[in-house]
Amino acid sequence: MIGDPVPRIDAPKKVTGTATYTAEVWDAGQPLYGWIVGAAIGHGRIARLDTARAEAAPGVQLVWTHRNAPKQHEPDAGQISYARARPVLTSAEIRHHGEAVALVVATTLEEARAAAALVDVAYEAADGHFDLAAREAHAVEPPMVQSGLFATRSKLGDVDAAMAAAPVTIDRRYTTPYELAQPMEPPACFAAWKGDQVTVHTSTQIIAAARARIAQTLGIPMEKVKVVARYVGGGFGSKLGVQAETILAVLAARALAKPVKIALSRQQMFQLVSQRPASRQRVRLAAGRDGLLTAFAHEATIQQAYGSDFVEQTAACGRPLYAAANRFTTHRVVSLHLPPGGDVRAPGEATGLLAIESAMDELAHALGLDPVELRVRNEPPRDPESNVPFSQRRLVECLQEGARRFGWQRRRATPATLRDAHGWIGYGMASAIRTHFQLATSVRVRLGPSGAAVVQSDMTDIGTGTYTILAQTVGEALGISHHDVRVELGDSDFPTSAGSGGSFGAANSCNAAFRACRALRARLAAAAVADPLSPMHGLDPAGATLADGRLAIGHASEPVADLVTRLFPSGVDAIGDVADGTAEPSYKAYALNTYGAHFAEVRVDAVTGEVRLQRMLGVFDGGRMLNRATARSQLLGGMLWGAGGALLEDAPVDPRYGSFAARDLAQYLVPAHADVPEIDAIILEGVDDKANDLGAKGVGELGICGAGAAIANAVFNAVGVRVRDFPITIEKLLPGLPR
Amino acid sequence: MKAFTYERAADARAAVAAAAARANAKFIAGGTNLLDLMRLEIEQPAHLIDISRLPLQAIDDEPGGGLRLGAQARNSDTAADPRVRTRYPLLSQALLAGASAQLRNKASIGGNLLQRTRCAYFYDTTAPCNKRTPGGGCAAIGGLNRNHAILGASDACIATNPSDMAVALMALDAEVELLGATGASRRVALRDFYLLPETTPHIETVVHPGELITAVVLPRAPAGRQLYRKVRDRASYEFALVSVGVLLAVEKGTVEEVRVALGGVAHKPWRALEAEAVLRGRAPSVAAYQAAADAALARAVGRGHNDFKIELAKRTLVDALTKAGRP
Ligand SMILES: Cc1cc2nc3c(=O)[nH]c(=O)nc-3n(C[C@H](O)[C@H](O)[C@H](O)COP(=O)(O)OP(=O)(O)OC[C@H]3O[C@@H](n4cnc5c(N)ncnc54)[C@H](O)[C@@H]3O)c2cc1C
Ligand code: SF4
Repeated sequence: MIGDPVPRIDAPKKVTGTATYTAEVWDAGQPLYGWIVGAAIGHGRIARLDTARAEAAPGVQLVWTHRNAPKQHEPDAGQISYARARPVLTSAEIRHHGEAVALVVATTLEEARAAAALVDVAYEAADGHFDLAAREAHAVEPPMVQSGLFATRSKLGDVDAAMAAAPVTIDRRYTTPYELAQPMEPPACFAAWKGDQVTVHTSTQIIAAARARIAQTLGIPMEKVKVVARYVGGGFGSKLGVQAETILAVLAARALAKPVKIALSRQQMFQLVSQRPASRQRVRLAAGRDGLLTAFAHEATIQQAYGSDFVEQTAACGRPLYAAANRFTTHRVVSLHLPPGGDVRAPGEATGLLAIESAMDELAHALGLDPVELRVRNEPPRDPESNVPFSQRRLVECLQEGARRFGWQRRRATPATLRDAHGWIGYGMASAIRTHFQLATSVRVRLGPSGAAVVQSDMTDIGTGTYTILAQTVGEALGISHHDVRVELGDSDFPTSAGSGGSFGAANSCNAAFRACRALRARLAAAAVADPLSPMHGLDPAGATLADGRLAIGHASEPVADLVTRLFPSGVDAIGDVADGTAEPSYKAYALNTYGAHFAEVRVDAVTGEVRLQRMLGVFDGGRMLNRATARSQLLGGMLWGAGGALLEDAPVDPRYGSFAARDLAQYLVPAHADVPEIDAIILEGVDDKANDLGAKGVGELGICGAGAAIANAVFNAVGVRVRDFPITIEKLLPGLPR
Repeated sequence: MKAFTYERAADARAAVAAAAARANAKFIAGGTNLLDLMRLEIEQPAHLIDISRLPLQAIDDEPGGGLRLGAQARNSDTAADPRVRTRYPLLSQALLAGASAQLRNKASIGGNLLQRTRCAYFYDTTAPCNKRTPGGGCAAIGGLNRNHAILGASDACIATNPSDMAVALMALDAEVELLGATGASRRVALRDFYLLPETTPHIETVVHPGELITAVVLPRAPAGRQLYRKVRDRASYEFALVSVGVLLAVEKGTVEEVRVALGGVAHKPWRALEAEAVLRGRAPSVAAYQAAADAALARAVGRGHNDFKIELAKRTLVDALTKAGRP
């Protein structure tokens, strides 16, 4: 049952519109509506404010600016960033374009929005720093990367000496632009107070982080805050922490003693959420003529907002990837007056592998070696930096299986030599790797007298299939059908999880649920052997099994429903926990990652330089799959995200204003249906017993990792033009198109 | 969004009368462009007159082989009409290259003609824009202008007209039928319908305030192969970087008839009469097409990010003519 492609159990609700998303919540009755007014400059201060017209506008209940907003608490830098306080409307300083400068709450959404336009703000603009390239000289190495999960730098041997000595070297610079997560559902919050207790429906990936952030910003005990997010319409990192919409809705609901709802508009999602920081990367590779790497160096310089400590782990993804005796990786940050950067799906790998895997292709080309073969030859026997063994690692198998299925042997080694009536055809490939994390998570499983189970956790389902995989896991572990498992998620009244993010949600929550089931089995067995009425009376409970709705020890067995009815008339439950990976011995003894290989075929229009993906295949090794259908969906979606990163996504900053100039989905492009070619994701079945009880890891981000590089490499193979400034757009290809 | 009042017009005359009776009234058809702009307060009508149900949906034959497209004909229905597909395939192709199926189901012919630019700064109400606030300046000049005009722009505005349909109509010598407040109707050639930005980029067409588009009239299409080619970063659902609409008739080794229009290059759908003059009467060849493309883009000016569109437009035009001119 675990692993079966069970259709999502929440699908009927979603397709009938009965899965209630945050902005649709109506539980506490008619809410008031808030609208956030954003700063019209990128850096400077508010010089003058006049809210009189807005206050007098129809329906307006409240207008807040930094002058009259409630006092809030400052963030505590010692905490994980998503849980820290996030005060809003605190001062006249403008830290980035679009930052909240006022809140208007009115009876209707339309009134709030109309009045918001009447808030009169005059600014004193100051010269800001908005241009990453222009400020690169000011880059510094940050003390921490991704909240300390990764070291800022790593160094082994002497890269410079190896570069000087090697017969073949690559030293290239790559850039990636600002990118935005842009889930379909905008961040939204519905807050309602009862006395000193607040219930907050908010669209978030991590309930516990939202709860902590709200409590700390307001300076109230966590117990006073209930957070609910039953359905979340995508997050991709943008909802790891709640933002201004949630803090302001909670504060306004308290001040007005009425429920308040605030949602961001699509335009505001380009300013009030957080973007993947732009990066400037340098990759150096040194190799012998046999293709064996002697040096690997990856240096990433990324944007940071003044006052923020977020650093994407861009230069960490190559550390476990290929063998090379001399190694150097480091991160540098450049402070700019832009919105704080944040995690966007596959932080680190999404941009880091674009550079590394492009450089590997450049090396293969320089060596005249097949790119698949180059990677196979550089497969490391152990983690090349930490020097611990890998847990399950089947990268080479992914590469070889992918090459076989894709028909890689048809690739022309010489670029710009394959044409059809429409354009140049190219093949490209790249490796995929993604760090596996485990974070502390608890899940409760309860068996009722009917023998049906209820699973509870504050874990979220952000559209990925969490409801379904938990039902499957618990069904199998308890020996019942997944139809008899009810899954309740996204509520801070339930046991605390690490939420959805970092590809850790599925393995964390399913392992915790699995352990809860094992604890339940032990309780049932202990009760059964102690009960003279049970056929298992007096037997050794250690060998108990649960299958087909029965508890069995040896040949003796009894229906679970009977046992529960007799011995636990009000039901029986148990909580299962998984610990943080840092507390698990196997996470120190082994390097745990997921792996894959991407293969892409593109056609570049011979006249216009338009790049169209023709075919894409990924082969993945991600431990045990919990549901092959939802896992495949994640992988396919990730691969297409990679295609967007290679070819489309770009949020350029206008350095005169410090703003992302285009702020809607007509201008910020992601692949549309017509861009999706023949595409497949093959999963190599496996179990990583070093990861956890189930042997499962995560695949929410793996599909992106390296996908864009496979496409970039295919473009090079098609037309012989190497574009190192992503995305690869027409103007970058046109001058070099073969005639 | 500002508060507004709303009424549904019973017929075309009532619609123009209603518009004349109110200051700052606007017609709303499919609403696919107007509503987005109203939410951002770029358009701020005080009164909306809903014309979406006016009996102007029909597509009728005109005497002499032309076709009359009612202003309320849906973009999707127009593209699918067998007469449009056989007699004006250029128009059908251009419509289908635009927006998405859902939008085409809502979008009307009249609304498509009057849709406004997609200049990012026009949408960003914190940036200066002469089209939004005359005299305020143009943020696109010296800014991010990848999507901007290479032909016919001015120091006041370098925005492009985003319509695909209008490029086809321009090549097909369409006329626009307008009904004025007095009940008098007039016809304007599409070539004279759109204005260049000059110093008044906020005035985009010759339509008078309160005037209603009732139809687009297509004259009989000259014989010849018609072809629309839209160039864009992704395969669908994106406005054109450049597009070309061509009609080419080759008889006995010479170009008998040729029409060339370009999209995504100017403040209006751009008819390239110079290119047509180069080709008419000449033997078709890649060299001739190249000369035509050079003529069409002779006065093109790049603004930085959009420099590549000059070469792109030429290449696309040569290719479209080559395909249309194949025996
Ligand atoms: C996401 C997106 C992508 C798009 N992509 C494309 C594309 O690729 N190519 C393309 O060509 N278009 C594209 N469009 C634009 C689309 O074609 C237009 O929005 C549509 O054609 C407008 O028609 P409508 O009936 O909805 O007009 P409305 O929004 O109702 O009206 C638009 C304007 O025309 C006026 N108006 C409407 N009808 C009349 C009339 N009969 N007489 C006088 N005035 C009138 C209105 O007052 C308003 O000012 C896209 C739109 C969106 C939202
Ligand atoms: S190009 Fe035109 S529409 Fe764009 S900012 Fe300038 S004036 Fe406004």
